[in-house]
Amino acid sequence: MYPAPFEYHRPGSVEDAIALLTTYEDDAKLLAGGHSLIPLLKLRFAQPKHLIDVRHIASLSGVREVDGAIVIGATTTHATLERSPLLRQMLPILPEAASQIGDAQVRNMGTIGGSLAHADPSADLPAVMLAVGAEMTAVGPRGARTIRAEEFFVDLLTTALASDEVLTEIRILVPAVGTGGAYEKYPHPASRYALVGVAAVVTLAGDAMQRAQIAVTGIGSTPSRAREVERALAGRPADAETIAAASSHVADGIEVRGDLTGPAEWRGAVAREHAARAITRAVQRARGEWATGARSA
Amino acid sequence: MTRISLTVNGITHEHDVEPRMLLVHYLRDTLGLTGTHVGCDTSQCGACTVVLDGERSVKACTMFAVQAAGAEVLTIEGLAHDGTLHPLQAAFREEHALQCGFCTPGMIMAAYGLLRANPHPSEAEIRAGLEGNLCRCTGYHNIVKAVQRAAQEMEAPSTDQAGREGRVFTPVSVAPVAAD
Repeated sequence: MYPAPFEYHRPGSVEDAIALLTTYEDDAKLLAGGHSLIPLLKLRFAQPKHLIDVRHIASLSGVREVDGAIVIGATTTHATLERSPLLRQMLPILPEAASQIGDAQVRNMGTIGGSLAHADPSADLPAVMLAVGAEMTAVGPRGARTIRAEEFFVDLLTTALASDEVLTEIRILVPAVGTGGAYEKYPHPASRYALVGVAAVVTLAGDAMQRAQIAVTGIGSTPSRAREVERALAGRPADAETIAAASSHVADGIEVRGDLTGPAEWRGAVAREHAARAITRAVQRARGEWATGARSA
Repeated sequence: MTRISLTVNGITHEHDVEPRMLLVHYLRDTLGLTGTHVGCDTSQCGACTVVLDGERSVKACTMFAVQAAGAEVLTIEGLAHDGTLHPLQAAFREEHALQCGFCTPGMIMAAYGLLRANPHPSEAEIRAGLEGNLCRCTGYHNIVKAVQRAAQEMEAPSTDQAGREGRVFTPVSVAPVAAD
């Protein structure tokens, strides 16, 4: 199981990586942790002639707080997300989701940027990015631009990134007071990918849900916001009845995939149950019952 | 071919390699370190687990040798010192944590990475931490017992190199166990 031959590049900076992308265009692929790309290369589903390894570009890694936002470098590993004291304090939904990716070895190499740029329809982090309203920074020969999570995931394995752009960082606003988030997943028993994953972020005003952002992964061709669930929650009391009724809409508008692991009807049912669990826990966290910090989501 | 230099078990090696050569094949075929096994070759079974830069376990079937250029790699062959087994190796023997032995090198290297990140894991944390390693004959019970025993041994003052270096991270327990 060897990939087709390729040339290996290890640029020292984002600028050098962009220069290589500009030179080799569609013959090049960026390589970070490689845990999505290398399996594809071994199966020869992808045969790039040039691999540009960005894992050693120091400026692309790390988690920090800047002006009311959490900024995560694209090559930050899942293991780092899982252990980050800042994220566990401010945005526990993210370490919670990261800790459920693959296994320990996979999390030691796999990166947030790699996962997002690969856009696997069963990946965990895309749903979390949609629910927390993340913004991606893409840098290319024409400079930097910001892409909102909702516009980032275009289709199956397809993002809004241009072929000469590098995803450099992910920005997430520090959640407002009274906000809580949770991620609920039904993993494939062998691959650990999400057969169903639901990310929920809610902001409470008293007992009512002032705002809810719900996203689902694993069931369709791309992760997506569950708008009908959000509409059914907004302004309503944060109680079990409301949550159950809203969760029944989680697959609305999605062509749910069925496969060897289960038919579409089953996946839809699992998604509804996981939506209810995620929203319930998000509400608990918003109330401080689950929170590790006052501002946590 | 790409020229790479990396340290494996404390010895620096330099070779010209094809960029598509996997780290596991570099270790086995170029260096003759056949303790690192190829099991599934699809990043599932963990038989190829090695430790990168002293602390993180990785699957050497899902990494190119060129990616490891400049890194320190620790394989199962690098654990024993002067004929003395590493506490993990000794504990696997004492607790009968292997039968056929095929998964054992990867299991031990994964446990090594686990104990570096979390020197005092609970039984549940050991089971979760070894999720990326499959054993098809012994079952996991004695493997978990061996890791618990090794954790105790490594905590005690030791002349063992690896035991002395033990680094403390905050134990990870943010997430409820996923339904599966």
